[in-house]
Amino acid sequence: MPDTGAQRVLRKEDNRFLTGRGHYTDDFNRQGQAFGVFVRSEMAHARIKSIDTSQAEQAPGVVAVFTGKDMEADGVGSLPCGWTVTDKHGNPHKAPPHWPLARDRVRYVGDHVAFVVAETDAQARDAAELVEVDYEPLDAVVETGKALNGPQVHDEAPDNLCFDWEIGDKQATDDAFAKADRVSKIELVNNRLIPNAIEPRAAIGEYDPGTDEYTLYSTSQNPHLLRLILCAFVLNLPEHKVRVVAPDVGGGFGSKIYCYAEETVCVWASKKLNGRPIKWLATRTEAFQADAHGRDHITTAEMAMDKDGKFLGMRVDTLANLGAYLSNFATAVPTYLYGTLLAGQYKTPAIHGNVKAVFTNTAPVDAYRGAGRPEATYVVERLVERCARDMNMDPAEIRRRNFVQPDEFPYQTPVALTYDSGQYELALDEALKMIDYPNFAQRRQESERKGKLRGIGFSAYIEACGIAPSQVVGALGAGVGLWESAQVRFNATGSISVFTGSHSHGQGHETTFAQMVADKFGTDYNNVDIVHGDTGRIPMGMGTYGSRSLAVGGSAILRACDKVVEKGKKIAAHMLEASVDDIEFDSGTFRVAGTDKTKSIGEIAFAAYVPHDFPQDVEPGLDETAFYDPANFTYPSGVHIAEIEIDPDTGETEIADWVAVDDFGRVINPMIVEGQVHGGIAQGVGQALLENAVYDPDSGQLVTGSYQDYTMPRADDLPSFRVGMTETPCPHNPVGAKGCGEAGAIAAPAALMNAITDALGTEEIQMPATREKVWRLAQQRLAPAAE
Amino acid sequence: MPTVTMTVNGQQVSREVDPRTLLVDFLRNELHLTGTHVGCDTSQCGACVVHVDGTSQKACTMLAMQADGCEITTIEGLAKNGELHPMQAAFKEHHGLQCGFCTPGMVMSAVDLVQRNPDPNEHEVREWLEGNICRCTGYHNIVKAIQHAAKDMRG
Repeated sequence: MPDTGAQRVLRKEDNRFLTGRGHYTDDFNRQGQAFGVFVRSEMAHARIKSIDTSQAEQAPGVVAVFTGKDMEADGVGSLPCGWTVTDKHGNPHKAPPHWPLARDRVRYVGDHVAFVVAETDAQARDAAELVEVDYEPLDAVVETGKALNGPQVHDEAPDNLCFDWEIGDKQATDDAFAKADRVSKIELVNNRLIPNAIEPRAAIGEYDPGTDEYTLYSTSQNPHLLRLILCAFVLNLPEHKVRVVAPDVGGGFGSKIYCYAEETVCVWASKKLNGRPIKWLATRTEAFQADAHGRDHITTAEMAMDKDGKFLGMRVDTLANLGAYLSNFATAVPTYLYGTLLAGQYKTPAIHGNVKAVFTNTAPVDAYRGAGRPEATYVVERLVERCARDMNMDPAEIRRRNFVQPDEFPYQTPVALTYDSGQYELALDEALKMIDYPNFAQRRQESERKGKLRGIGFSAYIEACGIAPSQVVGALGAGVGLWESAQVRFNATGSISVFTGSHSHGQGHETTFAQMVADKFGTDYNNVDIVHGDTGRIPMGMGTYGSRSLAVGGSAILRACDKVVEKGKKIAAHMLEASVDDIEFDSGTFRVAGTDKTKSIGEIAFAAYVPHDFPQDVEPGLDETAFYDPANFTYPSGVHIAEIEIDPDTGETEIADWVAVDDFGRVINPMIVEGQVHGGIAQGVGQALLENAVYDPDSGQLVTGSYQDYTMPRADDLPSFRVGMTETPCPHNPVGAKGCGEAGAIAAPAALMNAITDALGTEEIQMPATREKVWRLAQQRLAPAAE
Repeated sequence: MPTVTMTVNGQQVSREVDPRTLLVDFLRNELHLTGTHVGCDTSQCGACVVHVDGTSQKACTMLAMQADGCEITTIEGLAKNGELHPMQAAFKEHHGLQCGFCTPGMVMSAVDLVQRNPDPNEHEVREWLEGNICRCTGYHNIVKAIQHAAKDMRG
């Protein structure tokens, strides 16, 4: 039996994806289904004076046209924000309602105005063009920096302020600055991004009037949470009557976590139409307009240092754009997922962060790969690099001097978190070796001889994954618990079905989890099937985001496996006529300690379901469920170094080399983990060089509304990456895993921008560092030399 | 409605179609070949790439009627006798896919590349993939997979 516990095992799910046999939401078709299309606001901000649906209703194939008034008449609720942030004066954040179909006002381009249902998708699209909306345009604000003084987006939120929140000790931080030898300061824009999973969102709502049951097929990262929100907050449905199915999902990156207007409307409209299934498919343009966007911060940060470059205190002021309405977790992102990470890998004794979150006439902003952690790392690592330059110190050395040391864990930061374990210097040393740091100066000279500008940039990141424990997040305002569940079921013939509440949309759970379970039981990996993504089949779960799958979901699976072993021992004890206390389990075999009396787990499983002679106190079956609520977050960390070369004639930034040394704790499948790192870096590089969601400041139109305008990283924009790993197991979960999915997206922007600013000799550049921006600065840099 | 006839994965099919039907919608909705995906509406992402008369085409940029009389291969037609095509096998071996949504288009595009250029270097592979977007893999393993598949396809 091969040990698959920590191996590069090829993915089980690949065969169906490679042969076109995946089951994505659009691949489902329900008997008699109709198609729904949304009429969306073309205006950034307007009062709806009236909506005339009469022409659309007469169009060929049209089944019905619904507006916000219809939903209002049915008492449909507002899409909720699930995390209450308390501001620095003790007040809850401003929570204006977010109706699935707008009632009297639209607040961003793409806002939902009406829903047209027709026999075919094309007919619905044609008819949607015939819905006439009489708008009274209102002044709009789309720029983060102008929100506080801009036109009012919601009557409930004066100055467009959702909350003014702080973390850390302001007095201690002020004191640290008062005694500093040197203060470094930086101003940063964290550009707004659009997640762009390649599968656009889709939904099918289906109501069964016979059983009063609802089924929602959806491109969801967490079907149970979607069901919970739909039932408890929006549609007021009995949860046991609702099934959410999200089997194969074509990428999420956060954008498919949330309960959106579209799936809500499909479920509601199916009942209105007496159970006709209704399918909605987003176009890419709709995805740009109405998927939750990410990032969008403006920040000023300062570091106080002593004469040796030791950090004494850090002060951060951030303005965060939340868009027109609050998405499910919008408020948590710039607060508990951002402010709490401002310590980075460093022992800065005093930190104070202030975050003002604002409404604007833009799409809602929520978690996107990394969620708050990339923003925090960007601030810390750009600032630390600035500190090194101001102190004339080597950027590796200033980091080394301030790192939390391996013997200082658990480490309590001044911004709430307690880091579990880490070896920050080890990763730095490895990364420096891989990039051949001592010879960088020589490589730079060679570039200069060719007329190119070479730069090197560091990013020593930390992230907090597996958000937990439920008690703590509850105290911080979360409306959900953050545990995970698993059911491990031996079938009578010895095969194993594992039902997990986490959700795979590319992360390879069917492989990693199966490896773990096969290793635990000493059974054949091919006999383990992982079932996910269907509330009708799996126990209550919390889905996948925040790199929680292995650390939290995997821990729940291991717990359930432990219960199976315990149960198996009882059965073995009976079969082997021994005391339970004398039964040992190892590598698939139950043994009476110190004897050669054994039963394989396959025999135990069969006996469990054919319990002809079981005593009264042994229940039949070998099927156990466990819930796992972590004791703490997990803290993956690492060092990425980017080396780049700029062509001053074209402004092109070529990534000459990229090394990533990450510490994800225990790794089950290195192949899958490396793949996650590659993908994360690509998204980080996209943010740093290419991607930017741009709204026209005057009209509020989304300028980057398609792949022709929003620059996605393509194969020729990226290099091959060199990935190394260190392994410091998580000390508080049974797997020892920390999480790997977001690391690249967190680390990469700072590494790349530090390299670019190094090459250009100026920090007067904000992401994305487009060719035009880089070209201008490169020309400036070379100008004095040319004179 | 006009009738189109074409050979899809070796089988001749005839259907009446609304003239505005795109080839990709014809394949997905009429023939239920759902492996070919739609990822955008501007012919940028490449999730819908199929082979038309042996070369890669974006099935969203072509009307079904334009494919009248053509030989079409979709991802469902690439594996033969239950054996993955070397390109499919290489994507699996080198972890060239994650969520799998862009994968069919990526694989079909890559097969065409190797048919044209049996030994592409990394730069050539990256240039060729200009019309296919993957959001998961960072392309690193896709490039590796294609180069290995090229070797296997050369034999």
